[in-house]
Amino acid sequence: MTTDTTTKTPEPAAVPAPGPAPEKKRVVRGHRRLLTRRDRFTLALMAGVPTVLHVILVWVTALASILLAFTTWDGIGFDSIKWVGLDNFTQLFTDNPQFWPAVQHNVVWFVVLILIPTPFGLFLAVQLDKKIRFTRVYQTAFFLPVVISMACIGFVWQLVYNPDTGLINSIIGANEPGHYIDWIGDPHLNLWAVLIAASWRHTGYMMILYLAGLKSVDPSLREASALDGAGEWQTFRNVIFPTLRPTNTVVLVVTIIEALRAFDLVFVFNKGAQGTELLSILVTNNIIGESSRIGYGSAIAVVLLVISLAVIIPYLIATFRKERRA
Amino acid sequence: MSGTTLPLKRRAPVRPARVLLHVFLAGTALAWLAPLLWAVFSALRPYSETSAKGYVSWPDKLSLDNFTNAFEQSDMMHYFGNTLLIAVPAVLLTLFLSSCVAFYVSRFDFRVNLALLLVFTAGNLLPQQVIITPLYRLYLLTDLPGITASGKLYDSALGLVLIHVAFQSGFCAFVLSNYMRSLPHELTEAALVDGASVWRLYWQITLPLCKPAMAALATLLSIWIYNDFFWALVLISTGENMPITSALNNLSGQYFTDPNLVAAGSLLTAIPTLVVYFVLQRQFVSGLTLGSSKG
Repeated sequence: MTTDTTTKTPEPAAVPAPGPAPEKKRVVRGHRRLLTRRDRFTLALMAGVPTVLHVILVWVTALASILLAFTTWDGIGFDSIKWVGLDNFTQLFTDNPQFWPAVQHNVVWFVVLILIPTPFGLFLAVQLDKKIRFTRVYQTAFFLPVVISMACIGFVWQLVYNPDTGLINSIIGANEPGHYIDWIGDPHLNLWAVLIAASWRHTGYMMILYLAGLKSVDPSLREASALDGAGEWQTFRNVIFPTLRPTNTVVLVVTIIEALRAFDLVFVFNKGAQGTELLSILVTNNIIGESSRIGYGSAIAVVLLVISLAVIIPYLIATFRKERRA
Repeated sequence: MSGTTLPLKRRAPVRPARVLLHVFLAGTALAWLAPLLWAVFSALRPYSETSAKGYVSWPDKLSLDNFTNAFEQSDMMHYFGNTLLIAVPAVLLTLFLSSCVAFYVSRFDFRVNLALLLVFTAGNLLPQQVIITPLYRLYLLTDLPGITASGKLYDSALGLVLIHVAFQSGFCAFVLSNYMRSLPHELTEAALVDGASVWRLYWQITLPLCKPAMAALATLLSIWIYNDFFWALVLISTGENMPITSALNNLSGQYFTDPNLVAAGSLLTAIPTLVVYFVLQRQFVSGLTLGSSKG
């Protein structure tokens, strides 16, 4: 019982220290008296070990990215780290011929995903939700691309796009030298070519999310709507779609994050050269490419971080607020 | 498509709209599978034939030669082994550690709980590229002589396991804590009053009840970690040490000189995830929606 004296100390709030700190935890609901010293130690380890691992590898590195963005460093020895203020950013925004195209491509990536595969996935989900036969077979066909790795998808689509041996050019007869349509090499075409492959995968993902959302729609709503004589489209627009709001939020967040994360497909296609630059590719090039400009690469990562947090934070606040009310 | 028979529930009278819908769905499904079917078709034909007759042509003979060649030439067995060495510990550790965190935040009312869960969940949503540069440096700086073959965290299976665990535990902690919160509080409370230790509450009472969620997450994690391309690409330097997905990228330039062989190689790497999906379909889909339907 005497071990409880510390439990009422106010917590420093906000982000927890990564270390095992539960000594000063406040336990309510009658647990307080029942936890032995040993239990407290167990709990500290249970929360502490995963937290330390996660915080060091994810959040400390994210913070380090921010710090490094204001420096130049060749990666050889710590003494070569030099503080340069906003230099990396000014250079990035004004001087780098790849940066603005990359930002633009990330935006295009998002816009395409949200305008084409997302509504189409919703449409498929609504059709498949009608309790029709073979629904499992159809679902599997649409969902299969989501199970396969992005890298594999890249290889499979190369077989479709290849200028001389690919499916498209072979069918339309553009596989003779001089008539090539170079789907992957042409900077005006390749982003769209990759986006078709990305949309192909995204549709199935969205379909599954919407199917889950539709399952939770109260059947009596549909019945009431049918009794009122509403048509299929009216029921969907006025009754079903409004109830899908939580799913829509998730879909929006997932799609933004996917657009920011896009990497594998483009890397396998053409390493993000000429027409398919993305922020993720620019960051990675600074690591596995020839030039190791750490500060510069980190500056691009910070841009990516800021955009992601602008999405993640409001989403989490909304999610957790709802949860606490529930 | 229509070969499969599903158990017939009360059969509705055939309506033209339904028929049209089936035609549409079957057509779209077929179009959806086309790229994969095309890869299978290409992989089944020898290069000599396609180069003579063109790719879109009636096959003279179909064989599995490309598959066996791709498998042997590129020593795929070795890379599958590498993947296993990374994925198995990563999945188990992620489940164990994230269930610990979930137990902590969902069964006790500590003040840090919400913040802790936020840190984990938000971490999982970050794009990997945000953290890769310092992580890469950190891995290069961490000397582990005798523990990993490379003597560092960099270029080792251990390094990949750690980052997978750290990154994925965010998602799993979120899902599992929601799940655990739905379990009746009386269960653990009664045991606690009876003098059971915290560990026992976790290991013998809470975890067994979480089996469905754990199974769903295990399926999801195996597929995600198996499919990982990025971490392995940056954090592994020796081709020998690469897991299968990123190894294929190396191999396609090194060994595979014809597209048919690349097709066979890509399909081979996709097989394990497809098998997992077909066997554990229900778990996989419920796992995907566990995290999202909450939103």
